[in-house]
Amino acid sequence: MNKESLAHYCALVKKESGLVLSEEKGYLLESRLMPVARKYKLADLDELATASQKAGSTEMVREIVDAMTTNESFFFRDITPFDQFRDYVLPKLIENRGDKKHIRIWSAACSNGQEPYSLAIVLKEAGPKLAGWRIDIVATDISREVLTRAKAGVYSQFEVQRGLPITLLVKYFKQDGDKWRIDPALRAMVSFQEFNLLDEMRALGKFDIIFCRNVLIYFDQETKTMVLNRMSGILPPDGHLVLGGAETVLGMTDKFVSIKGQRGLYEQGAGTPIAKAS
Amino acid sequence: MSDTKICLVVDDSRVIRMVARKILEELEFSVAEAADGKAAIDVCKDKMPDAVLLDWNMPVMSGIDFLRSLRKMDGGDAPTVVFCTTENDIEHIQEAIAEGANEYIMKPFDSEIIQSKFRQVGLL
Ligand SMILES: C[S@@+](CC[C@H](N)C(=O)[O-])C[C@H]1O[C@@H](n2cnc3c(N)ncnc32)[C@H](O)[C@@H]1O
Repeated sequence: MNKESLAHYCALVKKESGLVLSEEKGYLLESRLMPVARKYKLADLDELATASQKAGSTEMVREIVDAMTTNESFFFRDITPFDQFRDYVLPKLIENRGDKKHIRIWSAACSNGQEPYSLAIVLKEAGPKLAGWRIDIVATDISREVLTRAKAGVYSQFEVQRGLPITLLVKYFKQDGDKWRIDPALRAMVSFQEFNLLDEMRALGKFDIIFCRNVLIYFDQETKTMVLNRMSGILPPDGHLVLGGAETVLGMTDKFVSIKGQRGLYEQGAGTPIAKAS
Repeated sequence: MSDTKICLVVDDSRVIRMVARKILEELEFSVAEAADGKAAIDVCKDKMPDAVLLDWNMPVMSGIDFLRSLRKMDGGDAPTVVFCTTENDIEHIQEAIAEGANEYIMKPFDSEIIQSKFRQVGLL
């Protein structure tokens, strides 16, 4: 692949998804984009680069971006966020939302579904406390490919062994050959939809808590700030944000502040209009 | 006094015991080995380990029979028992849980899965 094509892919992927591909990742482009080139019967990545700049190539561009996403995930990843959700956030929500009995959760880069399904499991395990409550888990990702897998809810033996306690595996999954299929009741708790974090979020509605984990790390500072500020706008004053282990709001925005003793968990900061007004 | 935890690896395959030993020593366990359930009981009588990584099918005494005997021994409810076996169907898993297994690893395994499971049961 020539230099121009490489630069084209980096600019294209950045513009469409916010993902910053460092140029030394040229080898990654080769292995991930060749299947797309082959699908369109193009000989190499230079031809694909040219084709993707022609009018009417929206679907091809989408496939290029999809191919460049990193989708690693596992059940109960890092465990702490799920404990915090159960022990810190959920009790507050049960108290504060007692009138409406309605909670909305957003898994903002859900990959193959392990994150929203882990949340569904936490909620199921919470049991009678939530009887009569309506809980929406909205799970979104830019990648159509992962969403298809997430909706299917079928995982390999390797995937279910990473993070999922055995008692929860036998309780909430059915064995299907060498695969494991999630319980339809859990599947029904999550609604999946395609959504690009660069897009306007308000149409998704308001959420009580947003899980935005291990995706901001791939964005540049400016994009991180924009996404975080918009997220603040669709959370109520007592809403929460959960980031991944290597992510922070520090230096990005003052619309969120970390909660003492709750690593990775954030609440609305002084920078929010609502807090300022009160 | 060192607080190094002891993990007993019970498997009739010498290769598996070797691989498991290597992984566990990297996680700073002190490793004991037994080639079947009966030999494992003898190790436990001598000194209860903190953890047991346990195969299912073995000559002389199977993993599940070992687990049943272990849980009846004095202090035998203390060790954290993690099955590690090719018996990957849900019936075997349920039987293991019913007999007091704490976790279950389906072979093939790697160091990441061992770490993840050991962390879940609080061994790491
Ligand atoms: C490493 S996964 C994280 C999955 C999960 N949140 C976790 O922590 O395990 C990152 C996900 O972000 C998605 N992603 C990347 N850019 C995105 C964007 N602009 N909008 C929405 N999702 C995006 C990718 O498709 C990928 O599935």
